[in-house]
Amino acid sequence: MARSDYGIVGTSVPRKEGRDKVTGTARYVDDIRMPKMLYGATVRSKVPRGKIKGIFFSPDIDWDEYIIATAEDIPGKNCIALILDDQPCLADGVINHPEEPVVLLAHPDKHQLAKAVEAVVVETDPLPAIYSMEESERKKEIIWGTDNIFKTFLIEKGAVDQVWGQADFIVEGEYFTGAQEHLYIENNGMIAVFDPIAGITVWGSLQCPFYVHKALMVLCGLTEDKVRVVQTETGGAFGGKEEYPSMIAGHAAILAMKAGRPVKIVYDRLEDMVATTKRHPSRTRHRTALSRDGRILGGEIDLTIDGGAYATLSSVVLSRATIHSGGPYFWPSIRIRSKAVATNAPPHGAFRGFGAPQSLFAIERHMDRIAKAVGLSPVELRRRNFLQPGQTTTTEQVIREPINLSALLDKSLAHAGYEEKKKNFSLENKTSHVKRGMGIAAFLHGAGFTGSGERYLDSVVGLEGTADGKVRILVSSTEFGQGTNTVLCQIAAETLGIPYECVTIAQPDTTTVPNSGPTVASRTAMVIGNLVRSAAIGLKQTLQLDGILDQRYTPEKFANACRNYVEEKGVLRALARYTAPEGIYWDDVKYKGEAYAAYAWAVYVAEVSVDLTTYAAKVEDFIALQEIGKVMHPVLAKGQIIGGVAQAIGLALYEKVLWQDGRMLNGQMTNYIIPASCDLPSIRVIFEEIGNPHGAYGAKGIGELPMDGPAPAIVNAVVDALGVPFDSIPLLPEDILEAMVSHSIAKTVVVPAESAR
Amino acid sequence: MTPLLPDHAKQEISFTVNGVPRSIHAYPMARLLDILREELELPGTKEGCGEGECGSCSILMDGVLVNSCLIPALQAQGSTIVTIEGLAKDDRLHPLQQAFLECGAAQCGICTPGMILAAVHLLEKIPRPSLEQIREGLSGNLCRCTGYLQIFDAVAKACRNEVAE
Amino acid sequence: MRSNPADYELAAPGTLQEVLTLYGSEPGSWLPIAGGTDVMVLYAAGKLLARKLVSIGNLRELRCIEVTSSEVRIGAGCTYTDLRQHSVIANEFPLLVQAAAWTGGIANQNRGTLGGNIANASPAGDSLPVLLVYDADLILISARGERRLPYRTFHTGYKKTLLDPDELIHSICIRRNLDGYISYAKKVGARNAQAISKVFLAAVARVSNATVADVRLAAGSVGPIPIRLRRTEIALAGQPMNTSLLETARQVMAEEIQPIDDIRSTARYRTTVLQNLLGEFLRGLPGARIAS
Repeated sequence: MARSDYGIVGTSVPRKEGRDKVTGTARYVDDIRMPKMLYGATVRSKVPRGKIKGIFFSPDIDWDEYIIATAEDIPGKNCIALILDDQPCLADGVINHPEEPVVLLAHPDKHQLAKAVEAVVVETDPLPAIYSMEESERKKEIIWGTDNIFKTFLIEKGAVDQVWGQADFIVEGEYFTGAQEHLYIENNGMIAVFDPIAGITVWGSLQCPFYVHKALMVLCGLTEDKVRVVQTETGGAFGGKEEYPSMIAGHAAILAMKAGRPVKIVYDRLEDMVATTKRHPSRTRHRTALSRDGRILGGEIDLTIDGGAYATLSSVVLSRATIHSGGPYFWPSIRIRSKAVATNAPPHGAFRGFGAPQSLFAIERHMDRIAKAVGLSPVELRRRNFLQPGQTTTTEQVIREPINLSALLDKSLAHAGYEEKKKNFSLENKTSHVKRGMGIAAFLHGAGFTGSGERYLDSVVGLEGTADGKVRILVSSTEFGQGTNTVLCQIAAETLGIPYECVTIAQPDTTTVPNSGPTVASRTAMVIGNLVRSAAIGLKQTLQLDGILDQRYTPEKFANACRNYVEEKGVLRALARYTAPEGIYWDDVKYKGEAYAAYAWAVYVAEVSVDLTTYAAKVEDFIALQEIGKVMHPVLAKGQIIGGVAQAIGLALYEKVLWQDGRMLNGQMTNYIIPASCDLPSIRVIFEEIGNPHGAYGAKGIGELPMDGPAPAIVNAVVDALGVPFDSIPLLPEDILEAMVSHSIAKTVVVPAESAR
Repeated sequence: MTPLLPDHAKQEISFTVNGVPRSIHAYPMARLLDILREELELPGTKEGCGEGECGSCSILMDGVLVNSCLIPALQAQGSTIVTIEGLAKDDRLHPLQQAFLECGAAQCGICTPGMILAAVHLLEKIPRPSLEQIREGLSGNLCRCTGYLQIFDAVAKACRNEVAE
Repeated sequence: MRSNPADYELAAPGTLQEVLTLYGSEPGSWLPIAGGTDVMVLYAAGKLLARKLVSIGNLRELRCIEVTSSEVRIGAGCTYTDLRQHSVIANEFPLLVQAAAWTGGIANQNRGTLGGNIANASPAGDSLPVLLVYDADLILISARGERRLPYRTFHTGYKKTLLDPDELIHSICIRRNLDGYISYAKKVGARNAQAISKVFLAAVARVSNATVADVRLAAGSVGPIPIRLRRTEIALAGQPMNTSLLETARQVMAEEIQPIDDIRSTARYRTTVLQNLLGEFLRGLPGARIAS
């Protein structure tokens, strides 16, 4: 594992595109205009399910001014190619969710579009719709396939059926997580340009240029070289721009092909909130067998996620949720059954954590429930069950790294002042109307694609020398705030021993960068960073083998060698392709083996207060302690953790999607509440680094890790404060009041029957 | 379908933007945000919500922080406007811009222009704000990436630097 | 943005007199827009029914604060920031400054006006219960002249007010007669700042010998209009401040409000929390002997 000799990796160098961002010169898709550009808009279904009878265009609009497109105008296959290819780009004859796109319009004056959209009526014969996982499982209606089930997994380890007879304790619990809206501050947007010879080009806000590329090939019936996708500066993504951009790019492309002019589609906030993806709601049931001294003997986990109307990425979200559902504990035996089911809501999708926040919420709440049942503290129960090096996970992956979760736990608790606060709170709570509690969450997050996923992605990275003696990284990995540009440039600079300022990174453009896979799964620093390092070594070796660079060299010599080589030979480029580490084995059928090349580990501690005047839970203090391999950039790493914790505090206490007949009711920032500047507590971030043989300079992924722990830590703290169980997030003050009324703690409201309403 | 009113319903609206007098021909109910981004080609000011909640469209108008998505063009008549593009002087960044860079206060950057202007406005009113005052001063600017704490660090750092200068 | 600017007219006559003339010439045809923090949100959502608007945000006549020995007269065009920065208001009417500080973020406080909050007549308006406990009067003005009426009569139903179609709110008058009164206000929203109120309680009280000599209570977000809790006030007046008084008052209060379940909260939450706020207020009064 490489050391950071030059001190570039591991220091807080300036964000590569930072200056553009603070001066307002960074160009996001809506900042870009092209000559003769039209604006596009989408007519969407107002019903959750039905057969389309007809599409009517009101005579109040002069439709000659508009480009109009429906499913019939799709040149290729009417689907958003992803995994199962079941999601149409435009509804054709049948509607499966509210806000499903049916008709596309384009016009030169964007201000006229809203009225035009309202003037198109999609007449449907309604069909019965289902809205909950329970209705879907019960098969109240079959709305997808033969049984509403997108995917199932079964993981079995050991002889779980035998543990119940031996158990001293059997603890059951059921845990729920709701949908969550990404609320990136930049709405989805795309610009498409079509040329009959060159093909389709799209520019837009996205995470995965080659996902969009593949989808457009299929949709537009074009070959690889006739589709070009370019990422513009992206204002936040969090997974919400992993798969969805293929849909909006498809819409812009269809209009552009029909119009023969560039078309820009940018959603407003309402459309983005109601029509695009959200975090999968989940329900997890645990049944756990324990010995008298609180050791897990085995258990059964039953996990269901709500995928919405089409399969999209649900199978992969389910996979990660399933693999993480056992938490960072040793399970001698376990049976995990999981499924993703269909409902008539807009499809749910990728969101930071990607299933892990859902199943880790469940196991960490369950551990506190177990602790209570067996008579151990939440600390001690976890300590007795933590995975140790040499033990196996639920997928029978051997933990090979020297991780000491007990030590992380101790450190985290010490930073939080846990023991002393617990003692003080139990005294104060007797008389105070502000109840306080402490909560813990211990967890892990696997970095990179699951199992054979990275092999399947077969990522390629390029590094080229430029005519002015600099180095440019060529990757399809995108920047959307998390620091891709900066960290990859640090790695290249460090490996080559040249200044950070001499490394640039190309704008992701499918015609000029190789496919280094999607920017998801916390894989970029670890997997792509490693490839950047390999490519840098390759570049260096090319120059050295050519004889124009010595083994040891100064930055100036390197720059000269680059310049000369390019001048003489035209191109200086090195490519590096992913190779799977040795000894990594994964069985896709039994779901067994090395699920991830590396896990990051964490113990978070939340201090919470609940004011019984308002029933509002407030996070007063928060410790985020994690082992992440190597801190590549202290300021960026800290920013990822704080930002993720803030987003997870939202998931836990603030962000509720209100549904009515499959449609989000509260699609405005006024009514979908995320924590703002006055709501965040102090969040203290502590890093441990034990390195990672499979990551560049020891890096593991960290982007999603901070999303996993805060919600259970916070809810555990609320339970500690109030002595009332809560097993569902978001946990709003109204929910706390209802629970306390049920537990006869709050005064009930007595209103005489005669009172006027 | 032609608009209800003929095009001559557009009016001459003049104001100063980043020190430069500008005059535009616009509908009186055009949003100031759109005028800045399109007619004046200053797309540094962003639209995040269109409902005055996110603060990405914040600008200074007559020295006061406002959400430009909620201001009809005609109400900006004769005003003095500062956008993010007007902060840096030639190549020299404003101390807040510099501090944002150093403290990791900008991640995806979309909230950053509005956030910086809100911070500028805060420091003009309260040169050395407490953490509480910083939180309150930025309470109308939503950020989804940073969790705010490094933004607070940047504002605090900018004050210290300004005092040092 | 779901409206077409081409479909709208916005007039901005420079003086109040010109505005009133225009307004009066076609009553009901012109929608006044001051700071725009309500109107422009509807407009961007494509929900603004009016097509003709008249700007009153620039009228100097509506943006002054006059202090006499007996009252403070606040121009309807004063922004929340204007209120927060005025020393007499800050000293003598702290609940109004508090409500202003709780209304939106700084940018919206710089544009939103007190008159706009009143005319918009949302039961969730933060200033409104405060004006009720301060027993404010409104001066309404039209081309026909002026009239003064008690603010507590102004709201007649959900988003319905006593404003005639040709009238504007000119100013808000608050009498300087709160010497010796203890004041309290609490807003409960979905987060600490920039949140629409789920429930709001404003209260002023004068205490003597551990009894409630005079009390005024007003609540927001618990019915179609912001209301004075008159029956609760009567139940409290002249009574010693003990636990059984609070129990009675909580009960009476629950009967005089009409909260609903809506997108922001539930009726049960609103009722219970309002009762808790009442308890918090009473416990804070000197001489109160009320168990938690």
